[in-house]
Amino acid sequence: MSPRVRLTVNGHPVDVPAGASVAAAVAHVTLRFRRSVNDAPRAPLCGMGVCFECRVQVDGITHVRACMTPASEGMQVITDA
Amino acid sequence: MRDHYDVLVIGAGPAGISAAQTAAAHGVSVGLLDAQPRPGGQVWRHDVQHPLPRSARTAMDHLRGVDFLAQHSVVATESAGLRLETPQGARLLSYGALVLATGARELLLPFPGWTLPGVTGAGGLQALAKQGWPVAGKRVVIGGSGPLLLAAADTLRKHGARVFGIYEQASASTVRSFAWQLRHWPARAWQAAGLRLRLAGIPYRLGSFVRKAHGDGSLQRVDIDTPHGVQTVECDLLAVGYGLVPNTELASLLGCALDHTDTHPRVRVDALFRTSVANVYAAGESCGIGGLSVARIEGAIAGHMAAGHIDDAGALLMQRDSERRFGALLAKHFALDPRLHRLADDLTLVCRCEDVRMGELTGFTDARAAKLITRCGMGACQGRICGTALAELGRFPRGGARPPIFPARLATLAGLANLPSDDAQRGS
Ligand SMILES: Cc1cc2nc3c(=O)[nH]c(=O)nc-3n(C[C@H](O)[C@H](O)[C@H](O)COP(=O)(O)OP(=O)(O)OC[C@H]3O[C@@H](n4cnc5c(N)ncnc54)[C@H](O)[C@@H]3O)c2cc1C
Ligand code: FES
Repeated sequence: MSPRVRLTVNGHPVDVPAGASVAAAVAHVTLRFRRSVNDAPRAPLCGMGVCFECRVQVDGITHVRACMTPASEGMQVITDA
Repeated sequence: MRDHYDVLVIGAGPAGISAAQTAAAHGVSVGLLDAQPRPGGQVWRHDVQHPLPRSARTAMDHLRGVDFLAQHSVVATESAGLRLETPQGARLLSYGALVLATGARELLLPFPGWTLPGVTGAGGLQALAKQGWPVAGKRVVIGGSGPLLLAAADTLRKHGARVFGIYEQASASTVRSFAWQLRHWPARAWQAAGLRLRLAGIPYRLGSFVRKAHGDGSLQRVDIDTPHGVQTVECDLLAVGYGLVPNTELASLLGCALDHTDTHPRVRVDALFRTSVANVYAAGESCGIGGLSVARIEGAIAGHMAAGHIDDAGALLMQRDSERRFGALLAKHFALDPRLHRLADDLTLVCRCEDVRMGELTGFTDARAAKLITRCGMGACQGRICGTALAELGRFPRGGARPPIFPARLATLAGLANLPSDDAQRGS
């Protein structure tokens, strides 16, 4: 069994394989990552750091691209949708 | 921590890895940086479930004598070097020679419903799945154009997705003629045959494209235009990508001339991968879409050049010319059907960052005017998605790159002299 990391997404505990992205962890809980300027729910589009649709709050820091950030033990992720 | 490298390589995909390794073998100090947490770029992206191909592992194991700088994004250029943002804060790195290996991104085109959660790029969903995105048991539709659709299907299938179909916009006759041309590249023909075999059982429909995505809050079904009429398919995930576009923003910021022959610019280089700026070289897909083999050879040539070994560089040129012809073949056979230009209607959002609809852009003929009035391209992606799509749709070419090329924290930007004031807080 490969090592796993545990984190929370909107307070829900999630565990993902080591090396997984925050985006993957969030997707286990919700597909609503952020709200657009007109309040529509949005989720990752490009998967590679270009579109900024995957922005979430990680350990209090806002506007973090979930697809570019590795999930780590004890991380607290909050979505905005 | 060093603040200077003899050779600094931007982008740790196959081109950058090969440049770094080649330069380091000449005994110079080499830094290789990437915005991603691991080296590999797009095609060699780390997969949490499956080991990378042996060639990728070998290339990365040979990165001895190279400092890999993970999660380093170049956001701006200064006379003293490059301004970088890292999770630990800002950094300034200077260099003797620079190799730009910034690769390519997917071409994503707007269509009704494309902003629904569950709709991604094709390479996009592949990248997400490799990084642990849950696709097992999910009903997936893949659409768009080019061989990347097959590579994405293969990854998704390996991760347990139920791929319902691959919808390629190119017609059956052009795809057949492409397959026939592959005989000139036996290794690729072999690869393609293997891929088709692994994907046996997944319908590959030609001359077909996704017209519309439906769902209440997230994706539920898609309408697909096929040569036999419109088909509706229920699915959980839709992965659509129309090919690749070179990442030229950093080159442009450094003042390197771009080649505007095609719809999407690429970095202009001479036969030895020198850009128009002294001591700045470029290699791989930022110089034009060509695939893995081209990226590796060009990286090696640029690595020799950056380390000052022009003879070693010249020896590799013939090999790369044959591989570049393959890129031209791709572009010719997977050219987009004009019907795709009409997928977005007036109500379809084009700029996803600022929620600008297609209809709002009527009458604008240049990106800057459209941005000032409608905010199209003003958001965090800085027009990488909407500007590229609008150029493809024949509306207007994308505006030039301005610092910071990625939204950066104010602390990173403090002290940057060449920052236009309206962009200072972009993305914050
Ligand atoms: C999403 C996607 C999936 C793909 N999947 C496949 C596949 O399965 N099979 C296949 O044969 N080909 C695939 N390709 C094609 C692939 O691009 C090429 O085969 C190959 O990866 C090109 O190598 P490269 O080194 O030129 O660029 P890339 O591999 O694209 O690497 C460029 C690197 O530069 C980094 N970078 C860019 N700008 C900056 C900056 N400002 N600061 C810091 N870092 C930066 C990026 O993070 C990236 O890691 C894919 C392409 C994309 C876009
Ligand atoms: S999904 Fe596009 S930036 Fe993260």
